[in-house]
Amino acid sequence: MKCALFAPALALASLALGLDGDVGIHDPSTIVQSGGKFYTYGTGGSSLVSDDGWTWRRGVTLPRRGLAPDVIHLGGRYYVYVAANIGAQPKAAVNMIWSKSLDPDSPDYKWEEGGVVASSDGIEDSNAIDAGVFLDPTDGKLWLTYGSYFGYIRLVALDPKTGKRLNPTDQPRNIAINGEASDMIYHDGWYYLLVTHGSCCRGADSGYNIRVGRARKVFGPFLDNLGIDMLQGGGKLFVGSGGRVIGPGHFGLLDLGDGVQKFSLHWEADLDRGGASVLDIRPLLWKDGWPAAGENLKEATYEIESVRTGTVLELAVEGVPVGGRVARGRGGRGGGGRGVFEGQGGVIPPQDVAEVSKNWPSGNIDVRMANYMVQAQQKWAITAVSNAGGYPGSPYFKITIAGTDRALATTSDAELVVLPAFTGGPEQLWRMDQLADDTWRIMPKSAPNSNEALVLSAVGSSFATLAKFDPASEKQRWLLKTP
Amino acid sequence: MAVKNTVNIIRMALIFGFGAVSSTVAAGAGDLGPTLTSPASLETAPNADGFIQRWLLLEPIAANGLTDSAVQGAVKKQYFPNQFTVIPHEGDKVTVGAAELTWHAVDTKNYNINLYHFARALGKPTSDVLFWAVTLVNCPREMRDVRLAIGSNAASVWWVNGKEVIGIYGDRQTVIDDGVSKRLTLQKGQNIIRAAVVNGGGATDFCARFLDAADKPIRGLTLTVGQGPK
Repeated sequence: MKCALFAPALALASLALGLDGDVGIHDPSTIVQSGGKFYTYGTGGSSLVSDDGWTWRRGVTLPRRGLAPDVIHLGGRYYVYVAANIGAQPKAAVNMIWSKSLDPDSPDYKWEEGGVVASSDGIEDSNAIDAGVFLDPTDGKLWLTYGSYFGYIRLVALDPKTGKRLNPTDQPRNIAINGEASDMIYHDGWYYLLVTHGSCCRGADSGYNIRVGRARKVFGPFLDNLGIDMLQGGGKLFVGSGGRVIGPGHFGLLDLGDGVQKFSLHWEADLDRGGASVLDIRPLLWKDGWPAAGENLKEATYEIESVRTGTVLELAVEGVPVGGRVARGRGGRGGGGRGVFEGQGGVIPPQDVAEVSKNWPSGNIDVRMANYMVQAQQKWAITAVSNAGGYPGSPYFKITIAGTDRALATTSDAELVVLPAFTGGPEQLWRMDQLADDTWRIMPKSAPNSNEALVLSAVGSSFATLAKFDPASEKQRWLLKTP
Repeated sequence: MAVKNTVNIIRMALIFGFGAVSSTVAAGAGDLGPTLTSPASLETAPNADGFIQRWLLLEPIAANGLTDSAVQGAVKKQYFPNQFTVIPHEGDKVTVGAAELTWHAVDTKNYNINLYHFARALGKPTSDVLFWAVTLVNCPREMRDVRLAIGSNAASVWWVNGKEVIGIYGDRQTVIDDGVSKRLTLQKGQNIIRAAVVNGGGATDFCARFLDAADKPIRGLTLTVGQGPK
């Protein structure tokens, strides 16, 4: 597991987590699943494969080793679109190959050539590389976007039954300029075109950044938040460099269902991996009608607040007011003062969990919810667990009362309990998915005696349980706030 | 200015400088206040939202403290024989210390039982007191994965068929479904619901209902309480 540990002071506050394993890749395709595994393909035909979306390893190279592939699963086939080297760019062509499986061990793993679906002659204002394939969920039509800096980003129709060009004589439509690595997605009545701007392939000097415009029709016009057409260079910033990673590019949607969406990309330079180009997966959020790049959970101490109730998860023990109990009413220091309103004088330090926990029961303790009062039993340390697996973008976490090893766990009857110590069982491991509205879904790796995917759910104002995830409900949405 | 709760009482005391706050208000005998009536039938049903509107209430017992430990200490104290198992009847009397207290069967016009109205109407104290409440919920069949959902002003502890299932603490106001039990099973036939509500000062009330696995009110229940002395 790679932890981006910046400096001692920051390390105490939070730790950013990058994907685990071998994640070296450039120009990754959209991530797709085949036979329960996750696959992505990069320039040169390289591939990465993962069992869980967290730990990656190198996979089998594609038979076509072109530029910036994209892949889609449709009608029982995996169609890969990859630019062929047919001469100096901008003379290029996008070829399609397909297989019924991406798993080399499957009897269905056999690549077939599908031919050229788009090309550029080296003179026209287009460079037919960097394919992005898009299935329109509103009508089932299949589209390909392509292009790279030299001229336009273009759109052509594909045949969803064969993956080939629907009508080779149709003229491609220009939809954007000044970018590459285009990809289209649909959300709530809008088509969104994501294009990578800036320069690639210069390590930490790469200016890559992903920008977006939106249109009511698949042909555009794709306007940014300022109303500038992407054909005139517009594009709202979707994600740029930050933290310890530089140069994001090559957006790919990873829709996990139930409203949980993530996106894949590469960073031109991961400073914690020697500046190498690496794969990443991040949550996809939606704000005011625009996609926004979320953050995978950072290790830190949080209050866990229910969106539904505004109350927070706490260990069901008697809380002690920060600074100790004070008598309510008149009087106070020196007599005749304003009593409790006068305060204690000086700075009241944070509550010492070692001190207040002396009165807590030693065994299992129930969980409940209460108004946040900045008390020790309401602060949870969320920490990645090594070698416990993960899910797209993140490892599993343990959730413990900060400063203790008391660990949140599920029970055999789908309720919650806090154990005296973390022992590593799957009922003590938690998946943290940032949802589209910037809230979090909190899901145990497994719940005893349950085959259902259960998540942390508020019931009433003062109780939490496990329940099946309902994307439309606020019960299972949580805010993670740093105390 | 309406006095809603302990906080307001204390705030007024601090602001206006008055001293002791008395919450004992004399009332005429024979009535149960503006929201409570004596049951006119042997059986009733929860209202449309599932709230249990029929209860047997014991006149208040003095109790202090709203913290977890104070409330647990107060409700676990033995006040009268079989206090965790008895199914009282209208007019039953128990002796607590030197006082003889009476159980009263009540129906509420609202979703909640207003204990302030109840105690005030009887000329009993409303502050620093503990109220016992019992009702019988009759279930046409066994129901699994049910939750008791309650709200109370202030702290309260709840039992279903003798098992403690909810405890909420502190100086709090009644919020619908504030405290919710873990999943439980209502047995076919009679189920005993018992509550102890501890009030600090000012208003005091509670509400309760059963929710199904989808957090919807349970239908098909009926409610009874003893209608006369045993």
